[in-house]
Amino acid sequence: MAELGESGDVHSGKGKKRGGVRAKKISTRIDMTPMVDLGFLLVTFFILTTTMQKPKAMQVVMPDKADTTKKEEESKIRESEAMTLLLGAENRIFYYYGNEDPVVEATNFKNIRKILINKYQEVVALQRQNGWKQNGVYVLIKPTKDSKFINLVDILDEMKISEIKSFAIVDVTPEEMEMIPK
Amino acid sequence: MSKVKMPKSSVSIDMTPMVDMAFLLVTFFILTTKFRPDEPVAVNTPSSTSTATIPEKGVVTITVANDGRIFFDLDNQNSRKSLIEKMGETYGITFTVDQQNAFATGTSIGIPMGSMQNYLNLSPEDRKKVQQPGIPVDSTLNLSNELGVWLINARIAGGNPVILIKGDGQANFPAVNNVIKTLQNRKVLRFGFITADEAMPTDVAQLK
Repeated sequence: MAELGESGDVHSGKGKKRGGVRAKKISTRIDMTPMVDLGFLLVTFFILTTTMQKPKAMQVVMPDKADTTKKEEESKIRESEAMTLLLGAENRIFYYYGNEDPVVEATNFKNIRKILINKYQEVVALQRQNGWKQNGVYVLIKPTKDSKFINLVDILDEMKISEIKSFAIVDVTPEEMEMIPK
Repeated sequence: MSKVKMPKSSVSIDMTPMVDMAFLLVTFFILTTKFRPDEPVAVNTPSSTSTATIPEKGVVTITVANDGRIFFDLDNQNSRKSLIEKMGETYGITFTVDQQNAFATGTSIGIPMGSMQNYLNLSPEDRKKVQQPGIPVDSTLNLSNELGVWLINARIAGGNPVILIKGDGQANFPAVNNVIKTLQNRKVLRFGFITADEAMPTDVAQLK
């Protein structure tokens, strides 16, 4: 940039000697330090205020209450294919298989993944053996009134992680509340 | 003895490239930053491995605070204006233009319809100070379940928006369940939970 003033010399040849009033050559350099300071201040500000991580959405599909065809389908589920998860207080999970005089067992969110995957494989093997539709295990998720929202999100996430496609969020029955050990 | 003179090296360096870079970064951050509108409550969403993104426009956000209060938000200002008008029609309240504008420029709202006019008459500063009681929710289809009414009016005003529940992880399930039941009653069967990002666990393959 500093050369701009001198480029005229090429055309004027000996013009240097012409007796014009020469402007005093002033330095074109300016002190950029304050500008840099300001620049980086702004950079820091925007880095700190930007939220890079955008929140994500977890899709949920609920059955239509008026739709009775779903209910029929539900009743077609065999005992050996069903599993019920009761979400209790303090991040505890109670689960049982089938429907008739179930044995309720307690677990937590750390161990539920293994249980779900084992049951899924067991059911798939059973379905293959008997030539049933291979839908895997049917999981009924029943959050009790003592559970937190995070429990529901976590268990839905576990369904995704263990690739269980057939699950539903269902209201807990009074009988099931009785089954939860205090 | 003459001193050995060190050649005086210039202390000023050319900062032009640095400035260029700094302002490039400034421009980048200015353009990418989206300021979060101030919400009436702080919500700590749970995390999940879901990767579905949230659409930029046409979103209804139902916030469930950790104390169970419910807040309702529709994102588009024009839609918000017709939303409050429709809400007024349903509840027999006529909102003035000022009140409608006050609502349109706002964000999440947790005010029962009964005290909505008083709330909208406040100055913007005072509105921020109000401790909002949350939108009344119950399991009926009546006008007393205001969330349900908000929902149908928002679907008309907002052109079938995506409905998302932004719940605090520590919110009790019954509070969230009330919202889910209301959605179900109003035939909103597909919705979403807003969650934070989480990495897919690595132990799944081992367990199989």
